[in-house]
Amino acid sequence: MNIIVLLKQVPDTETQIKIAPDGKSIVTDDIKWIMNPYDEFGVEEALRIKEKFGGEVTVVGLGPKRVTESIRTALAMGADKGILITDDALEGSDSLAVAKAITAAVKDLDYDLIFTGQRGIDDDMGVVGASVAELLGIPNISLGIKVEISEDQKTVTVNRPVEGQTLVIESSLPALITAQKGLNEPRYASLPGIMKAKRKPLEEKSLADLGLDASEFGTEARKVKILELTPPPERAAGKIIEGETPQEKAAELARLLHEEAKVL
Amino acid sequence: MAMKKEWLFEEEHEMFRDSLRRWVAEELAPFADEWEEQGEFPMELYRRAGELGFFGGAMPETYGGVGGDFRYHTVFSEELAHSRSGGVSAGLGLHGFVALPAVAAFGNDEQKRRFLEPGIRGEKIGALAVTEPDTGSDVGGIRTKAVRDGDEYVINGSKMFITNGARADFYIVACKTDLERGYKGVSQILVEKGTPGFSVSRKLDKLGWRASDTAELAFDDVRVPVGNLLGEENRGFYQIMHGFQTERLVMAVGSVAAAQRCFDITMKYAKERKAFGRPIGTFQVNRHKFADMLTWIEAARRLTYHTIWLFINGLDCAKEIAMCKVYACETAVKVADMCIQIHGGYGYMMEYEVQRIWRDQRIQPIGGGTSEVQKEIIGRLLGL
Ligand SMILES: Cc1cc2nc3c(=O)[nH]c(=O)nc-3n(C[C@H](O)[C@H](O)[C@H](O)COP(=O)(O)OP(=O)(O)OC[C@H]3O[C@@H](n4cnc5c(N)ncnc54)[C@H](O)[C@@H]3O)c2cc1C
Repeated sequence: MNIIVLLKQVPDTETQIKIAPDGKSIVTDDIKWIMNPYDEFGVEEALRIKEKFGGEVTVVGLGPKRVTESIRTALAMGADKGILITDDALEGSDSLAVAKAITAAVKDLDYDLIFTGQRGIDDDMGVVGASVAELLGIPNISLGIKVEISEDQKTVTVNRPVEGQTLVIESSLPALITAQKGLNEPRYASLPGIMKAKRKPLEEKSLADLGLDASEFGTEARKVKILELTPPPERAAGKIIEGETPQEKAAELARLLHEEAKVL
Repeated sequence: MAMKKEWLFEEEHEMFRDSLRRWVAEELAPFADEWEEQGEFPMELYRRAGELGFFGGAMPETYGGVGGDFRYHTVFSEELAHSRSGGVSAGLGLHGFVALPAVAAFGNDEQKRRFLEPGIRGEKIGALAVTEPDTGSDVGGIRTKAVRDGDEYVINGSKMFITNGARADFYIVACKTDLERGYKGVSQILVEKGTPGFSVSRKLDKLGWRASDTAELAFDDVRVPVGNLLGEENRGFYQIMHGFQTERLVMAVGSVAAAQRCFDITMKYAKERKAFGRPIGTFQVNRHKFADMLTWIEAARRLTYHTIWLFINGLDCAKEIAMCKVYACETAVKVADMCIQIHGGYGYMMEYEVQRIWRDQRIQPIGGGTSEVQKEIIGRLLGL
């Protein structure tokens, strides 16, 4: 089983996001960058499948040089090699352009499965996975919470939650699966793993290397344009409900939900 | 911290930090209160840390380490400060930063196979036994003696305040092998748990480090093969002093990290807690406290990082290490004390972490060589 994992680097969930003066992007100076947590589920799942069936896990990232750190983290977890698609002309690209570049980088690789997160926790678009599958002409199975490869390694069965039910999907391989929370608990990189990662192959590819035309990428080529970013409203202070007994408190809560919050 | 890249560290140290941070946040911190209450943490933690290779940072590759430098211990110690239990940091740290390095530095191949290899895997736990009921600072004044009898040493005496004392698998015991020669008659001898005549007299009840087992040990005609001598006979004092270098440095690192954590917790509190209609942090007197504290912490960190840089580059830094040990450890106590004051009555309550940090840090200027002893070292190195 050769598996590709697509990963994005995103701001740490604990980052205080500040909107940049242009009103359309965020200040990135002080940000700690991490591997998109949904992609991390993908890395973990790929490693588990590799441990069972053998094969190789290749991690593909796209973005500025710093994305190398996240690729290295995946290598430290146990992936075998990395590819970083990096090019100044990619700056500001929309999801579809990103998918095109990734497709160009992976289409000639030998793979049975592709994993990626169901969405990036930064832009929350959730488009790249499906777009890559479409461009590659392979099945796309989204929101996987359980993945099982058949013994003959010809098909995959994926569980996907739908409104409290579970949809069980079977697909031929190769296929692309987007990972949802609950798929697994990603491992920590062990210290020996971290040291080994330094010596694993990590290739860089520019748009030219991939035979792509730079004018189709970047802010100018966006099909989806960002007009404005606004911060979420300040959270109002919480309210502590007074009362002697649970019954009293419940009655008061119901009253407030009805009269003040007007949700009942 | 960690957002602006620290000059001292390379990418792999930061990756190590990321792994440690998750481990500490997911597998240690949530259980710290329970372990503090119980007075010990599960032995499983050593094995888990071993399985993840965390003890192997600065240990040789031949025995299962990764052969890195002291910065791996630095990062490990810094992240352990977020375990919410000084006792957990102490137990894991004594094993990883003190006992294992002593075997790595002075053990022969056979001893390294027996103790270092399983030690790095977290399967055999070590302790360092120097202090005695009647002598601590004066290492040359120890009275536990080891007398040669054929192929064996016969050990008699007792040891006090030994971290990991109740649960270790092996103890590096400082003994007098020559009673006439003071500190020049000290040797380090490995004693395994279960050796006849060796016993744990009692587990000690303490102000802080509640989750760590600190014990008094008794040696009553304990016979060990001469092959258990660690390093050279009568060179034990120098070996202990060698080990103290990194132990003191790692203690300074831990204190800076604990002080920073205490500061961060208190900043948050001071922004939320209101008195007389305004957040308590905005009273000028408190603002100045925060300004002072951050300055001390930053100064301690810079001195410590600088000293680590000297150390990993093989430059002389005996004076600087003593300076770090005094300054960082005392800063942490001072900061924790101030943080309790800023918390008001809540700071005195067991459910607030600042009081635990104060209790856990209070040992720092005492253990591993007191502040007074460090100042004596600095003074001597100044030729006074
Ligand atoms: C929780 C805990 C864990 C410990 N873990 C270990 C361990 O794992 N292994 C181990 O071997 N020991 C351990 N110790 C012991 C610790 O290292 C000693 O307590 C410390 O070195 C001080 O020795 P002492 O307690 O005998 O104090 P003393 O040496 O009796 O000193 C008492 C006071 O006199 C001062 N003093 C002594 N000599 C001088 C001098 N020349 N000039 C000026 N002032 C002086 C000291 O600074 C101190 O203030 C631990 C202690 C504690 C409390």
